[in-house]
Amino acid sequence: MAIDLINKMETMTGAKALMTAMEKEGVKQVFGIPGGANLPMYDEFARCNIRHILARHEQSATHMADGFGRVSRKPGVCFATSGPGATNILTGLATAQADSSPIVAVTGQVPVAMIGKDAFQESDIIGMSNPVVKYAFQPRQASEVPEAVRKGFYIARTGRPGPVLIDIPKDVQQAEAEMEFPDEFKIQGYHPWADPDIVACERAIDMLLNSEKPIILAGGGTIISSAFAELQSIAETLMLPVVTTFKGKGAFPENHPLSLGPIGMHGHAEANKMMTEADCVLAIGTRFSDRSVGTFEAFEKRLKIIHLDVDPAEIGKNQTAQVAVVGDVKASLRIMIKLLLKRAVKKTEETPWVKHVKETKAYWKENLKIHPGEMGAAKILRKLRELLPHKSIITTEVGQHQMWASLFYDVIQPGTFFSSTGLGTMGWGFPASIGAKVARPDVPVVDIAGDGSFAMTENSLATAVLEDIPVIVFILNNFTLGMVAQWQRTFYDRRMIGVDQKHCPDYVKLAESYGAQGIRAQSMDELDKAIKTALSSDVATVIDIPIDPEEDVLPFVAPGTPLADMVLPS
Amino acid sequence: MWAIISILVENKTGILFKVTNLFRSRNFNIDSISVGVTENPAYSRMTITTNSDEKQVAQIVKQLDKMIDTVEVKQLDEHKTVYRELCLFMIKLSNANDSMEVNKIATAYGGKVHDVKKESLMVELTATPHQIQAFEELIKPFGIIDVARTGVAALQRSGS
Repeated sequence: MAIDLINKMETMTGAKALMTAMEKEGVKQVFGIPGGANLPMYDEFARCNIRHILARHEQSATHMADGFGRVSRKPGVCFATSGPGATNILTGLATAQADSSPIVAVTGQVPVAMIGKDAFQESDIIGMSNPVVKYAFQPRQASEVPEAVRKGFYIARTGRPGPVLIDIPKDVQQAEAEMEFPDEFKIQGYHPWADPDIVACERAIDMLLNSEKPIILAGGGTIISSAFAELQSIAETLMLPVVTTFKGKGAFPENHPLSLGPIGMHGHAEANKMMTEADCVLAIGTRFSDRSVGTFEAFEKRLKIIHLDVDPAEIGKNQTAQVAVVGDVKASLRIMIKLLLKRAVKKTEETPWVKHVKETKAYWKENLKIHPGEMGAAKILRKLRELLPHKSIITTEVGQHQMWASLFYDVIQPGTFFSSTGLGTMGWGFPASIGAKVARPDVPVVDIAGDGSFAMTENSLATAVLEDIPVIVFILNNFTLGMVAQWQRTFYDRRMIGVDQKHCPDYVKLAESYGAQGIRAQSMDELDKAIKTALSSDVATVIDIPIDPEEDVLPFVAPGTPLADMVLPS
Repeated sequence: MWAIISILVENKTGILFKVTNLFRSRNFNIDSISVGVTENPAYSRMTITTNSDEKQVAQIVKQLDKMIDTVEVKQLDEHKTVYRELCLFMIKLSNANDSMEVNKIATAYGGKVHDVKKESLMVELTATPHQIQAFEELIKPFGIIDVARTGVAALQRSGS
């Protein structure tokens, strides 16, 4: 009876059907900006229970939806109008696609009859977005809206998550139709999850048990699948040291004795060293990106690779695996754990390999040279770690601060660290932190930022203040585009072009002008106080921390070179 | 390697664009492409031939399979497949003997002759790309004025 009521046909406009269908999907808020072509859907906010959060640029709205999606594992929703509103979301879609983040972007479009006529604020967003979305819908009739929403949300969150676009012409939003909201639907060509092959899981275990120096490489898929307990169980049972990709940072508690941290271009010294010495890798939910493995050839030559991934197209794309298990990595790991139990594999004793790994880790904890000054990046980020509760959520911008965060901010509670790792989108962290805070208002959310990156979306301060979303922006401010400056120092003979931000703007004043709290911290004492003040405040806070513009991020693996050629701080 | 990939897709607008855009954005190569609706008007079949190494062909198939609009993607074994391409050649005739010579070659390849004029004739040929290439080599000396090719259509033999 209840189902009959839910499914009852109702006459309503396309815009109303959009909001009704989104309510059925459990959407509580939309990040967006209104404009001519999406006004009918905006008008529906007056008549539904969905909160609208006004962004100040459509790109920021997509990053907010992205941050919400990564933290809540439910699609974040953003709205934009046609034309420039739609083109402004492309960077956000590409970012979400590169990092497999679930978002549903809804754009207004010019009326159906105007499509293809170069109308005012017309852009072919379906064509333009094609390479950077998981799927796109353009309902041409109002009655098609509910199904597009139902399928769109399903596609965005299932299998390997990703961005979905729903582009709705204005007259389709306005038209009335008999609406049916389907519970059941079929997408013939879409198979989000395969059942993991048990025989392959058996072979994976054999390979791990027969290796002398096995290691786990946990990628972002481990976090998306929230396979934290499974990862820890298999690591502890088989005594496998764990390295992660940068996207996988925090898939495994970084204070665990078996944790070595991220590998890669700016990986931890001990992680890159041990990855280079290992003879077999259990790779979980990773595409073996160039930033993680250095050179593809050198990586796979030395190693037996076991590859678990939800996306069959990742198997063999960048690295050749000896054993591949396609399926949700949490399900695959569970099968492996069950097989270990069945075989009565006992907890492995500490092998010479694990002993060597622990010694290497201890050595680098002791001996990695860091900036000698009071306000060096390592000291600043360790202070932040010390003062933040473990459950706090971190987002980052893109640049030196991001890599310092990877090196010096230990993630203790799995799944609390998020960054634009694939596309490397400067300006992502701050709006993403706003989305994260909306998903988890109960925990502190901190955007670890650099001055260059923050400048790209700093106007989201208006959103944070006016919508009462008190996040903390933690700027390691070297007044330069620091990562570019580092490359110019390293590879371009110190010819510094286009990197000096010349102390502009003053971020404390900028924050205050938006009604946020701005605090400058120039010593460890001031920093300590600033973090404590920010944590106890109920308003968005920007902490501006001036640092040495010459500080480099080290270790460093130059692009196109193997991990073994890591450059260490001298 | 030369590979034939058969793709069953939903017969909707924009799918051909998505398929070719995938090839372009992932740096894959399209040697030929043919598209037509199937017996069920809800589906179209695309046949794409490509020259790539084995690893890349496997990637192409996987990436196509991942596309939500594709219903079935198969790499066809050319030994277990009937594959043909339709080709039209406009051939130059320079003297009285040429017409007979070209006719002879066309007949040997199972071709049909159309539009016979004093200075040119057209040959319609349905064959494998390999045979078409061989035919082209033979008629090149006469002078080829124009060529139109459909791209390969292919179906697996039953039971294979």
